[in-house]
Amino acid sequence: MTVLSVEGLSKTFDVHVLDDTQVVGLDGVSFNVREGEFLAVVGESGSGKSSLLKCLYRTYDPTDGRVVYHGDDEVDLATCDDRTVMALRGTAIGYTSQFLNEIPRVPAVDVVARPLVEQGTPAETARGRARELLQALSVPAELWDAYPATFSGGERQRVNLAQALAPDPDLLLLDEPTSALDPETRREAIDLLETALGQGTTVIGVFHDTDVVAAVADRVVVLDEGRIQAVLPIEEFDGEVVR
Amino acid sequence: MTLLEASAVETIYGPGCPDCLDATGDRAGTNQCPRCGTVVACAEADLDVAEGEVLGIVGESGSGKSSLAEALALERDPEATVNGEVSYAGHDGNLLEVDYQTRHDLRSRDISLVHQHIRDGLDLEFTGGGNVAEKLLSAGWRSYEDVRMRVRELFEETEIPVARMDDPARTYSGGMQRRVQIARALATDPDLIVLDEPTTGLDVSVQARVLDTFRRVQREEGVAAIVVSHDLGVVRLLADRTLVMRHGRIVESGLTDRVMEDPHHEYTQTLINSVI
Repeated sequence: MTVLSVEGLSKTFDVHVLDDTQVVGLDGVSFNVREGEFLAVVGESGSGKSSLLKCLYRTYDPTDGRVVYHGDDEVDLATCDDRTVMALRGTAIGYTSQFLNEIPRVPAVDVVARPLVEQGTPAETARGRARELLQALSVPAELWDAYPATFSGGERQRVNLAQALAPDPDLLLLDEPTSALDPETRREAIDLLETALGQGTTVIGVFHDTDVVAAVADRVVVLDEGRIQAVLPIEEFDGEVVR
Repeated sequence: MTLLEASAVETIYGPGCPDCLDATGDRAGTNQCPRCGTVVACAEADLDVAEGEVLGIVGESGSGKSSLAEALALERDPEATVNGEVSYAGHDGNLLEVDYQTRHDLRSRDISLVHQHIRDGLDLEFTGGGNVAEKLLSAGWRSYEDVRMRVRELFEETEIPVARMDDPARTYSGGMQRRVQIARALATDPDLIVLDEPTTGLDVSVQARVLDTFRRVQREEGVAAIVVSHDLGVVRLLADRTLVMRHGRIVESGLTDRVMEDPHHEYTQTLINSVI
């Protein structure tokens, strides 16, 4: 079953502060994503990988095209109103970037538990789930009650990933979530992602490591200058375009 | 469900003339009418807030964000003229045209304002607990025991040491005074809280705790909020949706992350690029 149909998605930025320069981020991108599938997005720096994820999450307003999400109802994420986007973000669609954006001086366990608490899960149940995820990602127990601002890049990224996985979204958008992890921790992150997939989560992820793509992806979307160059099953992907 | 809906809200200081609206605003580059000298603090403001939602308002000093927020919180400046239409769930008619008693009741029970300046919101000679109790008494609470218990509960909820309840508010730290304001605003379980510059004047270390406390309580109680701040970081952390104001007009609105990462209006682009 198709979860997401992207049709002719384009994004052009009008940069008024730079003499109204137009910058093309995406240009007529189309692809489908099946339920439970892991789709990797690869391409050189500046090819539009992050722009694609941000258009899907509506952090960017697409300029043209459709992003049809086949959830309980059919919704065009490219054009639906802000409140519809907010409702889907709370329950169905998760997003995580390389960077953690959180209120300072909130303990890691509460950072991870927050999306669950906001959905109405009792605080202690949410914290329990948060501890499980932090454990699975090998965040040392003595850090759970500490503030992520004091963590290393890799530790912070794991907190970030745990937060994205906590609410168990149907569709998870990941923007380079493993870039700061050492090989061993990356392996754990991948295991955790595969567990998430086992539960029917659909993932669209941007990765810069070929080994991560090879380990987790079912199909690969190759982007070049905002256009789709190829959509390949993982068996045909040779890692050439990943920078 | 929509809690508050506002259309064509304006606050003006001065006599006003037929040119005021055309001659002010973003395109005119000023909020003062060149013909009659009237200051159009905010005008043509349309917005709505859903139940439990946090709406941010950002803009530079003098952009009209506090004027708009005060109009929505039914705060009256005797020198200002406020026009427009504001409807509120469960209330008939235009909130901007209600009589004194109705306004008093709405402000006691339904809509709370946390002032930018602590002295406008608290009587510092009163005890911290007394400041919170005063809000309850004004909403009709009469039993000493009930009031005392509710104040204690609010102190705990906003993480103010209960042992300090009976000390004068002037002996509190800035962060504690801000919490007393928040506790006071929450006292009667309102549906909407308007926060004007919630972190101004606080140490960076205290800002984070005040924001965290507010966000936790806001989510737990499901109360909607309008957060006014010149600090984009504050709005980014608290608000679901954001309005950008300039020269008394709303120039852009949208999901907070969209406004911050894909700003459309030239002014918003400048604002976002100015963050140090």
